[in-house]
Amino acid sequence: MPTYSFKVNGKAVKVTAPAGMALLWVLRDKLGITGPKYGCGMNVCKACTCLVNGSAVTTCSTTVSSVQGAEVTTIEGLANGDTLHPVQQAWLDLDVAQCGFCQAGQIMAAVDLLSRTRTPTDADIDAIENVCRCATYGRIRAAIRAAAEKMP
Amino acid sequence: MNDPRGLPTDAMDESGGPGFSIGRRKLLTYAVSAPVMTIAAGFGVNLAIPSSAVAAPMPLMPADSVDYYDVGDSLVQVGAPTMPLVKLSVGTDGKVTLEMPRLEQGQGIATALGMMIAEEMDVPLSDVIVHSADAQPELRYNQITGGSSSIRCFDPVLPVMAAAARARLVAYAAQQWGLAPSSLRVEAGVVIAPDGRSATYGSLTVGAATLPLPSVQPKDPSQYKVIGHFTGRLDARDIVTGRKKFTMDLAVPNAKPTMLRMPSQIRGQVIGVNNLSTVKAMPGVIAVVVVPPGGSIVARQVGVAVMAETFGQAWDACRALDITWGDGTNQGQSNATIFAALKAANPPLAAPPLGALMVDGEFEFPPATACPLEVECAIVDARADRAEIWAGMQTPIVALQATAADLGLPEDSVQAHVIPSGGAFGRRLFWDPVQVAAYVSKATGRVCKLMYHRSDDIRHTRLRPPQVHNVRATLLGGSVVGYEQHIAAIRLDARHGYGEKGSAQTGALPEGTPQTLANLGYEQFFFKTMVASPYNYGFSTKVLTPVTFDWNTVSYRSVHIQPARLVEEIITDEIATAMGIDPVAFRLEYLRLPRARAVLQRVAGAAQWGKAMPAGFAQGVGVHQESRAFTACIVELDARDPKQAKVVRATIAIDLGKPINPSGIEQQCHGGLAEAISLVLNAGLTIKDGLPQEGSYGQYHWARMIDFPKSVEVIIMPNVGDPVAGMGEPGMSAPSGAIANAYARATGIKPRKFPLNAQAPFEATPPGQLPAPPL
Repeated sequence: MPTYSFKVNGKAVKVTAPAGMALLWVLRDKLGITGPKYGCGMNVCKACTCLVNGSAVTTCSTTVSSVQGAEVTTIEGLANGDTLHPVQQAWLDLDVAQCGFCQAGQIMAAVDLLSRTRTPTDADIDAIENVCRCATYGRIRAAIRAAAEKMP
Repeated sequence: MNDPRGLPTDAMDESGGPGFSIGRRKLLTYAVSAPVMTIAAGFGVNLAIPSSAVAAPMPLMPADSVDYYDVGDSLVQVGAPTMPLVKLSVGTDGKVTLEMPRLEQGQGIATALGMMIAEEMDVPLSDVIVHSADAQPELRYNQITGGSSSIRCFDPVLPVMAAAARARLVAYAAQQWGLAPSSLRVEAGVVIAPDGRSATYGSLTVGAATLPLPSVQPKDPSQYKVIGHFTGRLDARDIVTGRKKFTMDLAVPNAKPTMLRMPSQIRGQVIGVNNLSTVKAMPGVIAVVVVPPGGSIVARQVGVAVMAETFGQAWDACRALDITWGDGTNQGQSNATIFAALKAANPPLAAPPLGALMVDGEFEFPPATACPLEVECAIVDARADRAEIWAGMQTPIVALQATAADLGLPEDSVQAHVIPSGGAFGRRLFWDPVQVAAYVSKATGRVCKLMYHRSDDIRHTRLRPPQVHNVRATLLGGSVVGYEQHIAAIRLDARHGYGEKGSAQTGALPEGTPQTLANLGYEQFFFKTMVASPYNYGFSTKVLTPVTFDWNTVSYRSVHIQPARLVEEIITDEIATAMGIDPVAFRLEYLRLPRARAVLQRVAGAAQWGKAMPAGFAQGVGVHQESRAFTACIVELDARDPKQAKVVRATIAIDLGKPINPSGIEQQCHGGLAEAISLVLNAGLTIKDGLPQEGSYGQYHWARMIDFPKSVEVIIMPNVGDPVAGMGEPGMSAPSGAIANAYARATGIKPRKFPLNAQAPFEATPPGQLPAPPL
């Protein structure tokens, strides 16, 4: 089996895995990083969303071979020590989460959106397809707007 | 160093998340809570069932029996005798810990109960820890999470326990200092004397535990500083940092990823695996196990399990299996055949009196799936002499008992850890992943970490029963004199009983029979104690006729209530139209109870009922009462394209008697609104040859961001002394009625077959197969 080297949350990692293995399972089952969740495995629910080189990807639909040499950021790597990312902080301030299962993916999708624009429109937010079965959508929308104003 | 259960300590530190880690962190905690039964006054006063009933309706108005006794009351009653066994403790670190015998599934009960403790004990909420207790069979019927009853069960009890704990801590400090307890005050978990001496709860707990139990009275609501105030979830920080641990995130040593491939039909069979050796030789594969029929209390999910080093490899191997499937118990059934059977089963409506005007309709609801975002999953370590379970369980006691029976172990050799779940919505009232994981663990001699694939999770889910409603309202002399609603539905599986084998087994006998007298009894009991009418419609009846199909069904959130009340709200609008009266004015005239009228008036004002709307748009209204809660909703619907109607604004008023956490209440209202949007407009399962065709959120259209209105207002009525109501389920029905009624007003089309919007065609994964990952 081939070996792949990349960075996860700033740390260099090396994993031996089949080339076609989904990054989600490499993170969860080989590296023990459990923030990204399995919700469907079909790029539909988006619960596994992480950043690869700063852009959101669904890790259930991304092969480990494709992240060779890349920088992967999971929810665990978003805060700077005890200082939360503005999106995480907005999530706390507005008490966004319910069960929390989809929230890592929601937060990563929001971080991705705010990295592309500081003035997201309703249509931009509507384009986030991450499923929240508890339906925290209203607060997610409000938290994205609140975080947009606090992005560095 | 490992803890006795074989968990590494790093999986158990504070960051491990609630429900799993905290209770064992300190070896020495001292129970200082009073056994509640000894505090007769507080217990008796607070738990008196009649006091929880709503005010008597006006004279000559027929009451609904649910006004006086509902399923929540039954859960309060059966839980009460074992409440003294619930453990509230104060650690030497000053942390107050509640081992909550309920499942935190996102509904916010851990935070609400934590607020009750913080309120009574005068400790910061950050010093309160609430986690789901392990299964405790001695709690009997007091460890089931359902019926929107958790807060109702604990509101009469937990404040008394907390107040007693506070009183003992204060009494011990007073004893040490030679002062009267009444001279001391408590600030943020520190007992303070008038002369400035102080002692933390942590320093007092060991001594306080030796003191006798005091008689206490919880605080008067006028003193509340925590209850009734917007409060963030206890686990919010763990969630946003990725530290919250769900079942599949637990670092149980040597637990091996396992997936189950399920049959080509609901309750189908495995005839044979044709390429066993090929699959066993695939990379990472540890074992392939045929999971046969069987199982105590309820039938086990049949299929072929693959255990591997990673879930990716387990999935690959599952997909590669070449399996010959046998038909299930519903071979050939489709939505059309099911609806035909239900219509044939529904007893006819009574003939109207001569000269009466009738408003009637026939309504169809396809099966629905709860589809929590966390798929069904469990970890089981089954050994020759003991077993251990980790899972999100709404009924952990019966899950433990049934697993013990399945494994041939005594019950006291089985431990079941209740892990917070990623939603549940009734789905986790049954423990099928535990059954399968136990079987696979025993067969392989390894720790099985089982997770369903989303596709099979939907197709082989426990369904909300599909149903047909036939309704007729009779109008005579300018008023409504009769209302009949006949509901035929696939029988609801209630074999979880009250979450304990005594009540569960009576429903399950004789083994393997799809319907039993006892299950029918539970089903009718739940129906009769849940489905109320808020209106005075003279002679008013709702009759449930369960139809026996050998299907896995479950009490999906608000199971019979949401469709039954949705239909009644639609007919209510149609009656108002027939009488030429505005729907809000009509409701204000016919609502039986003042609190129902109050929420309607509140919402009508806030939503500007009756304002001009553009062509293709309309407002719609719905009112509802359930679980002692009263709620009303007005939506604005964009139905310019009647096949793609969309809610654009919602205003909700809710009266919960005693609101505990406004944040959680608003969230539950949002959840109820999204359920309504999904079930009324967009989501339903399509059965074909005994199997749902849908296998993902791309095919089963649960609401997403784009479907959720950008303007949502939730108005929580103030606490004026009414008893605490249930939340969770009551939020669904008023928005459901409002959406359907707005649809009718915008389009002129009577809502009869749900979901109302056109469903996009899709290519279903072939039966008995799993989709390929899109890599």
